[in-house]
Amino acid sequence: MAKTAAEPTEPEGAKEQRLLTGAEILIEALKREGVDVLFGYPGGAVLNVYDALYDAGIAHVLTRHEQGAIHAAEGYARISGRPGVVIATSGPGATNLMTGLTDAMLDSLPLVVITGQVGTNVMGSDAFQEAPIFSMSMPVTKYNYQVRHPREIARVVREAFHIATTGRPGPVLIDLPKDVTIQQAPYVEAEALDLPGYQPTVVPNALQLGKLSTAIARAVKPVILAGAGVLHARASELLVAFAERTGIPVVHTLLGLGAMPATHPLFLGMGGMHGTVVANRALYECDLLINIGARFDDRLTGNPKHFAPKAVVAHIDIDPAEIGKIVHTHIPIVGDAKAALERLLAMPIDPPKADAWRAYLKRVAEAHPFWYVKTGDLKPQRVVELIDEMTEGRAIVTTDVGQHQMWAAQYYRFRRPHRWVTSGGLGTMGFGFPAAIGAKIAAREETVIAVVGDAGFQMTMQELALLKEYDLGVKIIILNNFALGMVRQWQELFYAKRYSESLLPFQPDYVKLAEAYGIAGYAVSTEDALTRLLEKHLFDDAPVLIDCRVSPGENVLPMIPPGKGLHEIVGTQPPEGAADVVYRFGSSGIAGQEVSAP
Amino acid sequence: MKQLLSLLVRDQAGVLNRISGLFLRRGYNIDSITVGCSERPGLSRMTIVLDVEDKKAAEQVKKQLHKQIDVLKVIDLTERSVVARELALIRVNASMAERAEIDHIIQPFRARILDVGRSSVTIEVTGGSEKIDALIELLRPYGIKELARTGLTAFARELDVGQEAEMKDIIGTA
Repeated sequence: MAKTAAEPTEPEGAKEQRLLTGAEILIEALKREGVDVLFGYPGGAVLNVYDALYDAGIAHVLTRHEQGAIHAAEGYARISGRPGVVIATSGPGATNLMTGLTDAMLDSLPLVVITGQVGTNVMGSDAFQEAPIFSMSMPVTKYNYQVRHPREIARVVREAFHIATTGRPGPVLIDLPKDVTIQQAPYVEAEALDLPGYQPTVVPNALQLGKLSTAIARAVKPVILAGAGVLHARASELLVAFAERTGIPVVHTLLGLGAMPATHPLFLGMGGMHGTVVANRALYECDLLINIGARFDDRLTGNPKHFAPKAVVAHIDIDPAEIGKIVHTHIPIVGDAKAALERLLAMPIDPPKADAWRAYLKRVAEAHPFWYVKTGDLKPQRVVELIDEMTEGRAIVTTDVGQHQMWAAQYYRFRRPHRWVTSGGLGTMGFGFPAAIGAKIAAREETVIAVVGDAGFQMTMQELALLKEYDLGVKIIILNNFALGMVRQWQELFYAKRYSESLLPFQPDYVKLAEAYGIAGYAVSTEDALTRLLEKHLFDDAPVLIDCRVSPGENVLPMIPPGKGLHEIVGTQPPEGAADVVYRFGSSGIAGQEVSAP
Repeated sequence: MKQLLSLLVRDQAGVLNRISGLFLRRGYNIDSITVGCSERPGLSRMTIVLDVEDKKAAEQVKKQLHKQIDVLKVIDLTERSVVARELALIRVNASMAERAEIDHIIQPFRARILDVGRSSVTIEVTGGSEKIDALIELLRPYGIKELARTGLTAFARELDVGQEAEMKDIIGTA
């Protein structure tokens, strides 16, 4: 049976080495990994760690709730590409991290999370602030550790960073009993990594790439579906180059947005439940689907029976378990998106004869723009458009989950990669604002805008305290419709308008709330007022909160109803007789532009 | 369908929890799971019999197991020629008069009596799961007081000529 790993033997010469406490070894190991900021919250079980941190010279961001710390670390990781590092105490401190761990697991974000644990002498006795974090976090981490001796710490930290950042990135948790942090040991330099069961395939198989190039040459209706795997591999430029070389149009997943500029003439927009008509049409009618780093999430595929039914499916993914999991795949290619695209670009691939296909998609895109009906009040879509226009699609935008997230995805035209931070897989309310804090810490010179809903913001708004304290010029835009917007929308459409617990008629005064935390706050209900505020506040480096009172009852459209196929998209046209309809191509770059052959 | 897997895993704290937790989370039914040391120090061998929906699910199981950092090797024995054995201990009500009869029943199974009490006997039997099922059925009329089965443990045969038992003969069909 499995038992605790044997204690490592002391290396030669260890006797002469200076002894450090486990906490000091941890801090030293973090420094050697190049960690310069931690997100955390102290408590009894990590007192030794915080004592070692006191004069260690590593910045620490004290959030007001552990959930805020881990979402901030996620935002930091998404923007910087480096692992976010989190510290929390045992018991409640650690259980408060579970949502963030799961979120990072589903969205493949590299995190190293250190949790305190009660001393090994009382472990298992239901001690004060004891929770079984090692077993609790097992299914929601890429890997996790419980350390039993200070000599293991340096090796464990090194492995944790390696596992978190390589292959398909993900969160790694290290559970650290209190006595281990005070016991002394020499710093045992981790030797070569010993992880025989962990060898991600980075370089794709040449034979499989050859099959793909043959399929490309034969296709007449090809489409690329590019997901966050392209971004994790830092391969955006290669994706654009490959699309241009072959003339193959690109659909993004929610998390892939930004890899190809939204204004690119080969860009069809986001696919899936609230994607563009043209993106979904392309996914439905294509004869070759090249999935690069997307995992065929159900919000993208709709009913998988009707997903790309006529297509030869090729799937490039660093995680072999994603290939064939949802959609039957004809050309599986295990490997890193960058390594795959580099090799594909080096191959003499004949561009497919897809002129008619591109022209067709352009017509579809132009015939089915996004639309909304002007109603005299502030339209949430218009709020995102204004921000897009003023920032030219170059700001960092973070969101929670729900209607505001979908409007941001539809109307914010990302011109650059690594500027979009959203909770995709887990769909976590309360993610967007703390994630913006982490994003701002990763990129202080950038404009960082947290587009949040009124309901989600109230889940983590205690982190407002950080803006003043750490001088973080995060711009908070609340799309306030006095409701849990997406829940309300589903109740309207699928539950006979029985708005069960989805309306929030009572709201705090966000202006006073902002003032209470020492930052500027405004409430607006007209486009003019909002425009003036954005002009004044969007480009300085001070935090601001703008409570945008938007049309209540506005729905996100178009929509593929749950359980339906891509071809069963509804809400593609405004209701008959609607006056004052606004049509927008949104992030569908193919519309309104000349599309030329490669 | 039944799937028979042999895993080589690192002998780490929590590894059994990791593997069984994976099956729970992804909704795979475990028929049996056995763990013990392997020929290599620091590595354990797990033998797992699963009840999976179809070949696609069986493929997915293997990929998810491969993804585990503590798993070094996943060998799918489902369609291979294997040697596979399970051990069962069966305590059966047995009056003095019945003992000779029970002895006769168990002989063809190469089972043996391990312990004799006033009112019962304890039988040990080793073999494929179907053989053990069959013996249990034959003993049931006497009244089974206690039953313990180890679950299947298995290897691929060195010479994979498929001359002996197919998987379905060992673990039964779904």
